[in-house]
Amino acid sequence: MADASSVEIRGVDKFYGSFQALSAIDLSVPPGKVTCLIGPSGSGKSTLLRCINFLEVYDSGEIRIDGRMIGYDAPGGRRMSGGALRRMRQSIGMVFQQFNLWPHMTARENVAEGLLRVRRLRRAEAMARAEAALEKVGLGDRMDNHPARLSGGQQQRVAIARAIAMEPRLMLFDEPTSALDPELVGEVLGVMKTLAGEGMTMVVVTHEMGFAAHVADRVAFMDRGELVAVDTPEAILTRPEDPRIQSFLRTFHERNSF
Amino acid sequence: MDWDVLRQYAPILLRGFGITILAWAFGTVFGMALGLVISLAQRYGARPVRWVLQAYIEVVRGTPFLVQLFVLYYGGPLVGLRLDALPAGLVGLTIYGSPYFAEIFRSGFDAVPPGQAEAARAIGMAEPAIVRRILLPLGLVSALPALVNFSIILTKETVILSVITVPELMYQVQRMSTETFRYLEANLVLALFFWGLVELISRGGRRLETRITRHLLERPGHG
Ligand SMILES: Nc1ncnc2c1ncn2[C@@H]1O[C@H](COP(=O)(O)OP(=O)(O)OP(=O)(O)O)[C@@H](O)[C@H]1O
Ligand SMILES: [Mg+2]
Repeated sequence: MADASSVEIRGVDKFYGSFQALSAIDLSVPPGKVTCLIGPSGSGKSTLLRCINFLEVYDSGEIRIDGRMIGYDAPGGRRMSGGALRRMRQSIGMVFQQFNLWPHMTARENVAEGLLRVRRLRRAEAMARAEAALEKVGLGDRMDNHPARLSGGQQQRVAIARAIAMEPRLMLFDEPTSALDPELVGEVLGVMKTLAGEGMTMVVVTHEMGFAAHVADRVAFMDRGELVAVDTPEAILTRPEDPRIQSFLRTFHERNSF
Repeated sequence: MDWDVLRQYAPILLRGFGITILAWAFGTVFGMALGLVISLAQRYGARPVRWVLQAYIEVVRGTPFLVQLFVLYYGGPLVGLRLDALPAGLVGLTIYGSPYFAEIFRSGFDAVPPGQAEAARAIGMAEPAIVRRILLPLGLVSALPALVNFSIILTKETVILSVITVPELMYQVQRMSTETFRYLEANLVLALFFWGLVELISRGGRRLETRITRHLLERPGHG
């Protein structure tokens, strides 16, 4: 990927009423690298991920994509205009746990929608690009299916195709395999691995420790709204120093062994 | 049964039925359109707009249709709004139905999972496109049964137009009754016509529902 984005998060706080969901988060995501966010349920992983494309409003600090602040026109400043925010979002792809495919459109139409309504491509070109994106995720033979006629793994691959068709420079994944039957997890992780191999900048919230260990360049551990540690997968997953990480991994291994 | 009287009154009864259908169709189409506009304005409008519309909904829902019609037909001229009986009836039905339709659309939109709009927002889609391409089609699907149901209720509200002398079916049935004293025959015609109309609408509604939900339902085993 010639022009992958970098993400720079500095001092980000996020409140829901009086509850602090994110506390002074600092995180750098270098271009072309894969960063996995792990941590217990409710620790703020999704909240942080959703702040990166401003689906969730952060209250203070700054998040910069390629040096450009998202959501506000300056630190502590006014909200950025809707148009400017939409332009930034065009180059940030997002994949959700529940796929969020549009059920009234076929796979091809799902992928083409953004090309038509956001990129304003001509119909023929949008369709051609949509088909290419679907081919890439291995769904060349499923383009005319509506989501209800696709398996969970296929739906999630359509969702990935929908994101990459926009030619993003950054991809955000929020537990992309958590809603899938175990036998369908591999096909989605496979597509993600390919993307990572092409040099896409990726931030991935996941419980797939195998993926974090083998694909991530960095693993960040969150607990109660704080970013406890960021390091290599090896350092976080095999010899963690922080007792919170140790106990998280212990319960995690207990749950996943038999 | 007096078939001769029925035969004699058939033309005006049919004409009355025609006007009943016209009033129902007009009230449904324009009431729905107005209701849709209201529900969208309530969703996206500024606070004062939402407040005014909420007041409108409360007032129209809180008063009997008969009273609304009287106010429009007999009270209208006092403020310079002079409508003939039929136009007054059509406008009245539209106004009467609009808050119910608005509420049906609102709950239809609420039934669309937030993730649907979020996915569109995440690729940079603008809000009007999200409404047009995602919220409307999906909201309509969940609202459809209630829309059909309320349009069936509206068929029966059309009889109230007779009190402001709109010559719809009820009006003609009453005329036939008082002129011939054939109450049984006249009201049997009324019942049959309405039963037929309601049956037709609910069948049409079910067909439409099957058609537009065809792609939305999971079919296990076809994955
Ligand atoms: N809209 C909201 N209103 C109030 N509290 C919220 C809201 N969204 C999230 N929270 C709270 O913020 C905290 C962080 O939530 P978040 O969804 O980011 O956790 P997570 O790490 O993604 O958890 P999980 O692994 O279960 O997905 C939780 O305590 C949650 O209850
Ligand atoms: Mg989460």
